[in-house]
Amino acid sequence: MKAFLILEDGTVFTGISIGARKEIISEIVFNTSMTGYLEILTDPSYAGQAVCMTYPMIGNYGICYEDMESIRPWVDGYIVKELSEKDSNFRSEGTISDFLIKYDIPGIAGIDTRALTKILREKGTMNGMITTDEDYSMEDIIPKLKAYTTGKVVEKVSCTEKKRTPGSGYRIALLDVGTKKDIALNLVKRGCEVTVYPALTKASEILLDEPDGIMISNGPGDPKECVETIEEIKKLYETDIPIFAICLGHQLMALATGGDTHRMKYGHRGANHPVKDLSTGRVYITSQNHGYVVDEKKIPPDVAKPSFVNVNDGTLEGLDYINKKIFTVQFHPEACPGPVDTGFLFDRFLAMIGGKETADHAKE
Amino acid sequence: MPKNKDIKKVLVIGSGPIVIGQAAEFDYAGTQGCRALKEEGVEVVLINSNPATIMTDGDIADRVYIEPLTVKVLEELIIKEKPDSILPTLGGQAGLNLGMELEESGFLSEHGVKLIGTTSQTIKKAEDRLEFKNTMEKAGQPVAPSLVVENIDDGVKFAREIGYPVVLRPAYTLGGSGGGIAHNEEEIREILSNGLRLSRVGQVLVERSIAGWKEIEYEVMRDSAGNVITVCNMENLDPVGVHTGDSIVVAPSQTLSDKEYQMLRTAALKIIDELKITGGCNVQFALHPSSFEYCVIEVNPRVSRSSALASKATGYPIAKVAAKIALGYTLDEIKNAITGKTYASFEPAIDYCVVKIPRLPFDKFITAKRTLSTQMKATGEVMSICDNFEGALMKAIRSLEQNVDSLLSVDFSKYTREELLRKLEIVDDRRIYAIAEAIRKGIDTRKINEITHIDRWFIDKIASLVDTEQRLKNEELTPELLRRAKKQEFPDHVIGKLTGKYKGKIRELRKEYGIRPAFKMVDTCAAEFEAETPYMYSIYGGEDESGLIAPTGKDRKVLVLGSGPIRIGQGIEFDYCSVHATWAFKKAGYETIIVNNNPETVSTDFDIADKLYFEPLTEEDVANIVDVEKPDGAVVQFGGQTAIKLTQALMEMGVEILGTSAENVDKAEDRELFDEVLNETGIRRPAGHTVFTAAEAIKAANDLGYPVLVRPSYVLGGQGMRIAFNDDEINEFIGIINRIAQDHPILVDKYMMGKEIEVDAVCDGNDILIPGIMEHIERAGIHSGDSISIYPAPTISEKAKETIADYTARLAKALCVKGMINIQFIAMGDEVYCIEVNPRSSRTVPYISKVTGIPIVELAANVITGKTIRELGYEPGLQKPAEYYAIKMPVFSFEKIQDAETSLGPEMKSTGECLGISRDLNEALYKAFLGAGISLPKHRQVIITVKDADKPEIVNIGRRFEALGYKIYATRSTAKFLVNNGVNALKVNNIHQESPNIEDLILGHRIDLVVDTPTQGFNKNRDGFIIRRLSIETGVTCLTALDTVSALLTAMETENAERELELINIADI
Repeated sequence: MKAFLILEDGTVFTGISIGARKEIISEIVFNTSMTGYLEILTDPSYAGQAVCMTYPMIGNYGICYEDMESIRPWVDGYIVKELSEKDSNFRSEGTISDFLIKYDIPGIAGIDTRALTKILREKGTMNGMITTDEDYSMEDIIPKLKAYTTGKVVEKVSCTEKKRTPGSGYRIALLDVGTKKDIALNLVKRGCEVTVYPALTKASEILLDEPDGIMISNGPGDPKECVETIEEIKKLYETDIPIFAICLGHQLMALATGGDTHRMKYGHRGANHPVKDLSTGRVYITSQNHGYVVDEKKIPPDVAKPSFVNVNDGTLEGLDYINKKIFTVQFHPEACPGPVDTGFLFDRFLAMIGGKETADHAKE
Repeated sequence: MPKNKDIKKVLVIGSGPIVIGQAAEFDYAGTQGCRALKEEGVEVVLINSNPATIMTDGDIADRVYIEPLTVKVLEELIIKEKPDSILPTLGGQAGLNLGMELEESGFLSEHGVKLIGTTSQTIKKAEDRLEFKNTMEKAGQPVAPSLVVENIDDGVKFAREIGYPVVLRPAYTLGGSGGGIAHNEEEIREILSNGLRLSRVGQVLVERSIAGWKEIEYEVMRDSAGNVITVCNMENLDPVGVHTGDSIVVAPSQTLSDKEYQMLRTAALKIIDELKITGGCNVQFALHPSSFEYCVIEVNPRVSRSSALASKATGYPIAKVAAKIALGYTLDEIKNAITGKTYASFEPAIDYCVVKIPRLPFDKFITAKRTLSTQMKATGEVMSICDNFEGALMKAIRSLEQNVDSLLSVDFSKYTREELLRKLEIVDDRRIYAIAEAIRKGIDTRKINEITHIDRWFIDKIASLVDTEQRLKNEELTPELLRRAKKQEFPDHVIGKLTGKYKGKIRELRKEYGIRPAFKMVDTCAAEFEAETPYMYSIYGGEDESGLIAPTGKDRKVLVLGSGPIRIGQGIEFDYCSVHATWAFKKAGYETIIVNNNPETVSTDFDIADKLYFEPLTEEDVANIVDVEKPDGAVVQFGGQTAIKLTQALMEMGVEILGTSAENVDKAEDRELFDEVLNETGIRRPAGHTVFTAAEAIKAANDLGYPVLVRPSYVLGGQGMRIAFNDDEINEFIGIINRIAQDHPILVDKYMMGKEIEVDAVCDGNDILIPGIMEHIERAGIHSGDSISIYPAPTISEKAKETIADYTARLAKALCVKGMINIQFIAMGDEVYCIEVNPRSSRTVPYISKVTGIPIVELAANVITGKTIRELGYEPGLQKPAEYYAIKMPVFSFEKIQDAETSLGPEMKSTGECLGISRDLNEALYKAFLGAGISLPKHRQVIITVKDADKPEIVNIGRRFEALGYKIYATRSTAKFLVNNGVNALKVNNIHQESPNIEDLILGHRIDLVVDTPTQGFNKNRDGFIIRRLSIETGVTCLTALDTVSALLTAMETENAERELELINIADI
């Protein structure tokens, strides 16, 4: 069956329908990772977005359910050049096509994903519709596309109740604003007891559990939508509990402490982004997925200082909080998909809890 | 970290002659590396014995030495040039070994020279089997259970412990020379004895066989600050067991999940970190197909064939970045030249699929075993880029220049199911076609996977191609079906054949249905950033980006057709010519477009031409480029036969052929037309006839009188050429010729035994410039590419030289040559006969350009643009000889090709060449042999066995060996003849006679040289064949032409290893 991808700027791509046969409006973004399509599909940060994969052959190794980053896929829609009809991997439990149908994710294949990527690169991220309706009317659709916003998606993806994974080491509170499974796994792997809290949990409730350290996760949408959570993070900041925040968590911490964020033209989504550690000069290849960024110029100089920058475009990639045991990064040290080169940050966090490290002298 | 200011003068070591396992990729790496060094203001001294390379040009390095690559020569060069540093990582294994030997002997520290880009410790850790194992253990990386052995018994004992099969890898050899897989004690004994001898350090690794696992490679980079990145990963379609150089390789990996991908990526980075490499490194892994178990197979701490492939596959210039890192830069300080915005410290994201297929030489070595193993056999490779695997595979197949263009091209249709199942078990270069046939016969893909261990994903893709093929055959050609076929890159004529339509009709239908190719850009970043480099490939469907390339502002556009994969007969020299032509056109104000499909070459570097189209060199693919680029003209005379064969097609597309016209190219290649030209010009040629059948050939041969030369017209490198002595041989040869697709007639010529002369010249339509006359040491009958060639010709009479110059001028004029012409003559006394005219560049052009200092290709390109030789500042005619003798010495790779016939004849067999240059002819000869790896005497023992016709000549040769203190062994009749003529020769039993015989003698490892002149014919069971193979495989030099032996004796008589050689800076000529 034919499918159409209609963009806010009036561009139409014609391809074939994949996954569920339903119409969606979403924010269209692209990801340049060559592997890890399942991790991307199930990353809650993509809630409210339809993802275009720039790698042309997707689904080759099928679906290995254990690689899911959350309980279900969160993307609104999926855009690929070629969806593999068959799966080939010893762990695969089915084809990606069946997976999309199972979770009711619509998509489009057979379009020039490179051309789409170039449009998004040049004009910036925009909204779009995926539909199988051949009689679509542009006059009706374009205003709808313009009106669409991802809205308060964090609440949609966050867990609804507190959940504890036992461990013999430090007790870590993980504030789930859309967390990927591997953030908790990285801590559990290091022996921590991890308690995951829903996004709207009050700071007081978390503090009542007396965690040794607090993690704020990644998540979807515009950080400024998370008004309530930001208020609670302010309270967490005021304590002296070590905090490590990733991606959306990093943005929320900045907003909670007088910083600002803005939307990027087309964001960073891929597994090949170089970031430089400003304290050592070392460059690390990181996994990224963000459309908003903390504004480096608007950080109160007495509150935090940049720790990482993006080598390609110079945008801010991390902050060390002054006189605090708090550090945050824009990229994903938990990887999945992507390089695990910055996994040492979890060790740094634990060392900080153990009193061996302070944020402003954080070194590998 | 900024550049290290102490590095001012760097010696770069090249990789020497092209041999199997060490080919053009090192010219690409070396050229890119040298340019990067010069860009940084560093003075570059280059040494490489290979004259056909671009890196040995005066404009690539500041000081260029085309000298033998030996420790002694390098020491002399270091004393002469006083570099402060040596960069050994660009010259392959040869360069690395030399760098290490110099460092280990203490010579470098004694002379205050540093190794940059690596250290001897790093090289040792990666190359020495035991150190490698320890290093991997330290890095926490698994390796297959293995043991380094120095004798056969230890190997056998260990193999019993870990169980057969075992893999055997000799330390410090090229392309896995001497390695293999042993399934039992007999095999291990055989392979080990050979491997121990070939290894430079007498060590062989015996290892648990992991055959059948997935073979995955990572190209990684590291700088002095410890930053590490992955450029690319690659998956071998052929599982572990086939050398990666002989495998079909795809980039990026296709069947690895992110978990597997990252596991191996992390492992590769840990390894480069543990080895403390500053530069590039290749890591090969074996990955268990149904678990996360893996092990490290091999690490190459330098640029390699794989890194060249990775560079072309991603657009990331590994050699250039490695050179800058060697100077002290860190990855985040080096700009990404493709985007101009990002830095070298990122990992390329690919939005297409790349397929590499090796180019194997079995068309040249018809007696050789076609099976593939851990010993590399390919002479070159092709690469293709497409947005789907099926398309990339189809494009790569038709790039091979082997008369193949689809999975139907090798016909296994006559095989039964059972025969096919057996066939699938044989790992050879045709397995992919057997898989396709198995699918056609309905054999389950799972079954195929079970037998071949090729991942099911690849087999399913082949099945998808077979499905399209069947649908084309059986269904109506709807727009959808045609779209699918084109998306999978079925060529029009294959679609035509399958649908019963002619290919023009398919093109029409494509136009009608709006199915057209689109060109996409290789940009290192999957379109995330705007890119500036016009490096293009085609796909079907989607937006065409060719129109989006920033205009160059030049009003004339020229299309330069490259030479395709490196194979015997068409080597790196044609890439040299293509690149120089491109540069010359650029300089003359043209916009230049290169089309080529060889990832190993300089021409496919994205900054050589204004635009690079990485595409197959077929009519249809070139037509697509012509459609979008609309060039003002095309040049075909620099890309060898690959380009020449496109001439007619280009004209039909309405593209003007710049330079010599197609009609005149035809005149030179078509026998009858050429005879007319010779008649007109009054030039003699050996009598001959054009025939089509064996019967006609026999009649012609009897008319002319045996021996005759039989060959197909339109060939390169003497493919299918033979000297026939009787009717039976004619029948046999014609059969072989016809096995190769033949649209062209067969030539039968009287065979003449004179001095073979070769001339390259440039003609502007009026005047002609002849840089020099070259003379072959071997008499006519041995392919010019396999002959030792001397410039200036030392033994030709002045009168003959005048005649040659005169004939060259007459022929060039008669053929209205504009640009290059190459002519081969036979001189018998003062008489000169013309045997062949090629209105194009030739194998000898790079070498003669370098020794005469005349930039032949540049002149030819300028002449093509309309300038005259005089306007270009040259006096027409035969130029004064240079003050140096330059000798081009062929180099062979016989030891790599099991069962290949090694005797020389009219069919070319050498894979590469080296140069000997000197003011003194004999010193030049000595250098040439030294460069080719023949450094004698050692044990002063020689075996001589010659055919009857050669016996009179052998007497003098025997005397000369005697005078050099040699002990001569000879087979019965040769020995008798020598003794009767007063030469002291010891009779030795022939191979089938009782022991001790010639075999024992050779295996005794005390023989310097075997002289064996073959009786004609191909019966490989003949004693001679066995003797020749035995000596090659035992590492003993075996010469099959008495002229070569005589030249070697001259070199040995005049030179000795102790003497200092005069090293010549070519850049000064």
